[in-house]
Amino acid sequence: MTQTDLPLVELLDDETPLTLAELCRITALTEEQLQSWVAHGIVEPLKGRRESWHFTAIAITRVNRAKRLQQDLGLNTEGAALALDLLDEIEQLRRELHRR
Amino acid sequence: MEYKDYYKILGLNRDAKQEEIKPAYRKMARKFHPDVSKETGAEEKFKAASEAYEVLKDPEKRAAYDQLGANWQAGDQFQAPPGWQQRAGGSRTGGHTGFSDFFDSIFGAGFGQAGFGQGDFDLGGFGQGGFSQGGFDRDHGGFGQQPWRESMAGEDMHARIEIDLEDAFHGTTKTLTLPATQPGVAGKTLQVRIPKGVHQGGQIRLPKQGRPGRNPNQVGDLYLEVSFRPHAFYHVDGKDIMLDLPVAPWEAALGASVQIPTPAGKVDLKIPAGSSHGRKLRIKGRGIPAKVPGDMYVAITIALPPAATDANKKAYKAFADAVDFDPRAKMGV
Repeated sequence: MTQTDLPLVELLDDETPLTLAELCRITALTEEQLQSWVAHGIVEPLKGRRESWHFTAIAITRVNRAKRLQQDLGLNTEGAALALDLLDEIEQLRRELHRR
Repeated sequence: MEYKDYYKILGLNRDAKQEEIKPAYRKMARKFHPDVSKETGAEEKFKAASEAYEVLKDPEKRAAYDQLGANWQAGDQFQAPPGWQQRAGGSRTGGHTGFSDFFDSIFGAGFGQAGFGQGDFDLGGFGQGGFSQGGFDRDHGGFGQQPWRESMAGEDMHARIEIDLEDAFHGTTKTLTLPATQPGVAGKTLQVRIPKGVHQGGQIRLPKQGRPGRNPNQVGDLYLEVSFRPHAFYHVDGKDIMLDLPVAPWEAALGASVQIPTPAGKVDLKIPAGSSHGRKLRIKGRGIPAKVPGDMYVAITIALPPAATDANKKAYKAFADAVDFDPRAKMGV
């Protein structure tokens, strides 16, 4: 790659869902760990059986946020799941109140 | 460098009991964690609290810090006293950004190394960039463990960037400065083309721009999480865009055809007659572009003309006299 070439960039949109294995690799979690987080509602696969779970890229964002909350604030899984839900709700409310 | 008043940062008196330190820190951490707080400067406050905790939680470090004397004020120009023995604290296995220069000057730079571990990092040279992990206790257990089981040392790197909403419509090119992935190797600077169509919280993958894996020929990917800077009048919800649209009372009551702004340009909108305050109008496909684009939701807000001039006052009075209207009819007053 020469200096003038821009690096390749891939937009992970709704057309490129990720498999469980891919999401595990990207977020450096085991499959068991991710399955547990799915059970807690931290990430939601697109409809389907576990064998064919697919995730949109938003799952990466949620996993990273849950990891940060757990690491930095000492939350357990349930706590992180609740925090994510509450933060989503607060974001929604802020939008309605038009404050940041 | 500036003196840092760790007690003040945690809201404690200098004679605080040791068992008061942790709850004070936890409170600050919860309040200013960048995922939780939208205040500007939250991340700095979170990092400052983490550094303060690192010192005060350890009786030895606290004693060393106290020895500097109680006469220092936050922000004073500070230099360690001559002959000061740097307290090299416990060992750290990296993974985080370093502490402040002030900390290093007291406790030794070997303690607060910028790490190469996985996780988010600041994109220096990018302005308001990503978030670096503030908590650091995780290396020692206790508060802030890493309770999940990792499948491998992460080869993929993650970072967060902020762009303007307009960039999602047209794409943009940004310069990123990545930290070093190995000791002794300089970090690199990349020009990145952000494609149009990225959502709030969306991810962009840069293949092979991550860390080397166990096999050095295999390099991981770099993932950029995108968020939008607050906009003066648009709000983003995923790929939908919300707009509060001020309309005149007669436009709402009688209906009107008005021009509204959208990130892609002006659009004509028909306000239906009898629109009340807060009514939402949906404009399909005017959200963030995609194969299935998001929508724009326009919320009608009634703007009152001020009764500032005599002419306006007269007009209002005439309106009041002409119209039979009791807004409090249902309140029994």
